[in-house]
Amino acid sequence: MASITFREVEGSSLKYWLLFGGLGLFVLFGALAWNHMHHYGHVVTGMDNQIVWGLPHVFAVFLIVAASGALNVASIASVFNKPMYKPLAPLSAILSLALMLGGLLVLVLDLGRSDRLIVAMTHFNFKSMFTWNVFLYSGFFGLVGVYLWTMLDRNVKTYSKAAGTAAFIWRLVLTTGTGSLFGFLIARELYGTAMLAPMFIIMSFAYGLAIYLMVLAAAYAWTGRTLGDAVMMRLKTLLVVFVAAVLYFVVVHHMTNLYFTKYHAVEAFILRDGGMFTTLFWVGQIVIGCVAPLVILLSGLGKQRMWIMIACALVVLGGVAQMYVTIIGAQAYPLDMFPGLIEKSSFFDGEVHSYTPSVPELFLGLGGVAIALLVTVFAIKVLRLLPASLDDATVAKLEH
Amino acid sequence: MNELKPMSEDVPASHERRRFIGAAAATAAGLAIAPGVILVEVAHGRSEDQAASSAVRWGMLVDATKCATGCNDCVTACSTENGWTPVGESAHPKQAPQWIRKLELQDPLTQMETNLPMMCQHCAEPPCVDVCPTGASFKRADGIVLVNRHTCIGCRYCMMACPYKARSLVHESLNDTQKADVPRGIGCVESCTFCVQKVDRGDGNTACAEACTAAGHNALLFGDMNDPESEISRRLRELPTKQVRADLNLNLGVRYHGI
Repeated sequence: MASITFREVEGSSLKYWLLFGGLGLFVLFGALAWNHMHHYGHVVTGMDNQIVWGLPHVFAVFLIVAASGALNVASIASVFNKPMYKPLAPLSAILSLALMLGGLLVLVLDLGRSDRLIVAMTHFNFKSMFTWNVFLYSGFFGLVGVYLWTMLDRNVKTYSKAAGTAAFIWRLVLTTGTGSLFGFLIARELYGTAMLAPMFIIMSFAYGLAIYLMVLAAAYAWTGRTLGDAVMMRLKTLLVVFVAAVLYFVVVHHMTNLYFTKYHAVEAFILRDGGMFTTLFWVGQIVIGCVAPLVILLSGLGKQRMWIMIACALVVLGGVAQMYVTIIGAQAYPLDMFPGLIEKSSFFDGEVHSYTPSVPELFLGLGGVAIALLVTVFAIKVLRLLPASLDDATVAKLEH
Repeated sequence: MNELKPMSEDVPASHERRRFIGAAAATAAGLAIAPGVILVEVAHGRSEDQAASSAVRWGMLVDATKCATGCNDCVTACSTENGWTPVGESAHPKQAPQWIRKLELQDPLTQMETNLPMMCQHCAEPPCVDVCPTGASFKRADGIVLVNRHTCIGCRYCMMACPYKARSLVHESLNDTQKADVPRGIGCVESCTFCVQKVDRGDGNTACAEACTAAGHNALLFGDMNDPESEISRRLRELPTKQVRADLNLNLGVRYHGI
C-alpha cells in the first residue's frame, strides 16, 4: 500500500488569520451572550416555563449528534478496513472532538446555574440519562483522543484499529444516549419512544458526514492542495445512503404515530396545523434536509463539486430544522393531562406555546459552532492531520 | 438562608435519629395492640435532625365538585406562604413561576365544566427524580417531592419530564418577597412542596388546603394517606377518586374526585 504524506497547514496567510479572527469574534460574541444570560437569568431569553429548552439546545444537540457522525469516516478506515478512507481519518477524529466540544459548551452554558458545573461533575443520579451522557461525553473525548494519538504517533500505530473500534462502539452508544435524552421522556407525545435512539444515530451519520465533506473541501480549496474526484464521489455516495435512511426513519416515526388515535392531535400539529413548526418540518427538515440533497446528489448535478457542497449545506440546514422541530415543536404542543377535554389556566395549559429565540441565545449557539471550527482550523495548523495531496492517482494507489 | 435537607432514608442517621428509630421500632412491636398510635406520633412535627419517616405518606384529596369557579384562594395562599409573586403581578407572566394554578376543564361534547387546582402530584415514582442528573430532585421518605436548591443546576430536564407541568424555573433575580424557610433562587427549578416547612413544624396542613377550608369550600384535604384513621384516608375510602394520567402508573400523592 502506498504511503501518504501528512502535512500541517502553513496558516500564515492573511486569509487564514482572517478566518481565525472571524471565528474568534463569534466565540467572543458567544461568551458575551453567555455572560448576559448568566447575569440577568433566563428572563433575557425567549425561553419560559412552557418552552424550557430553546435555541441553545437546538445548536448543542445538533453539534453533539454531528460530532459522533463526523467520526464515521475514521471508523470506516480502521474498523471496516477501507484503505481509501485512511488518509481522511485524522481530520474526521479532530472534527468530531471539536464539534463535541462546541456542543457541550453550549449545553452547559445554557444551564440555569452554569456556575454549578462542578456539581454536575460530582453529584450523580444513575437513573438519569443526563448523568449517563456526562460519562459518555467524557469517555468520547478520552477514546477519540487516544484514537487520534494512534493515528499521529508511529510508535502506537499498531493500536489504531483497537482504539478505532472502541471509539466506534462508544460513539454508537453515545448517540443512543443523546436520542434517549428524549426517548426516555414519558410526558410528551413526540418523545417516549425507542425509535429516537436509532433515528439519532442515522441522523448523526448524515449531519456529521455533511459537515466533514464541507470542512474537507474548504481545507483543500483554501490551502491549494489537490482533492481528487475519487474521494468526493465516494463520500457523496455515502451521504446519499445516510440521507435516504434519515428520511426512512422520519417517515416510519410519523406513520406509526398516525396509526394511534391518541397521537393524531400532536401529529396534526406538526404535520398540518403547527404554523412555523409545520413549515420547518416540511420545508426545512423534509425538502431542504432530505429531498433536495437526494435530488442533487442522485442527478447529474451531483457530479459537480459545487453542487455537492450545496447538498451538504442543505443537509446541515435541514438538520438544524429537524432539531428545532424535535426539541421545540414537541414542547410547543401542550401537555395532554386530560385527554378529550379543553384545558385552560393562568399557566398557559391547553395552549400552543410560542417561542421567539432571543439574540443572546442565537449567539450562544453560533459561538458553539465557531469554537468547533476554530479548534479545527487551529488543529490542522499545529498537527499533521491533512494529507499533502488527495489527488486521484494517490488515492487509487491506496486501494491496491 | 435555610437549606432544604434531602431527608431521604439513606441520609446517615444521627445519634438522636438512631434513638428515634429504635424507639419507633420498639413501639412498632406494640402496633398490633394499639393500631395507629405510632403513625399519629410520627405525623406530628419533628426536630430538624430527625429524618422524615416512610411510615407517613403525605397526600391530598381534591374534590373537584366543591372547587368553586373563579375562586383562586388556594393559589393566593400558596403564593403568600411560599413567597412567589402572583402571575398577575409579574412583568414576565410566561416566565413567572407558578407552584399551583386553577385549571378549567371543559368537555367539548357535553359542555360540562370542571375546576380544579393543579400542582406537583408528589408521585411515588416521580419522573423528575428519575431524570435529574445531580439528584437535586428527590423524594422524601414521607412522599414529598422536593428540589434541593443547592444542587439544582437549572438544566430543566425535570420540567421536560413532568407530565403535570408542575415545575417552574426561576428566570430572574428574586425580589424581597422571599421567605426565610422557603429557599428559592435564580436559575433553579422549583415546585409545590406540600408546604414542607409547615409540615415539618407540625401544622399538619398546607396553605392551599387551609385557604380552601377558610373560604368554606372544603375542596382540599391534606393528610397522611398511610394512616388508616386519618380524615384523608377515610374520605379516600368513601369517595371514588382518580389520578391524573393514571396510565403512567406513577402512584400520585394527589387524588381527584369529580373528574
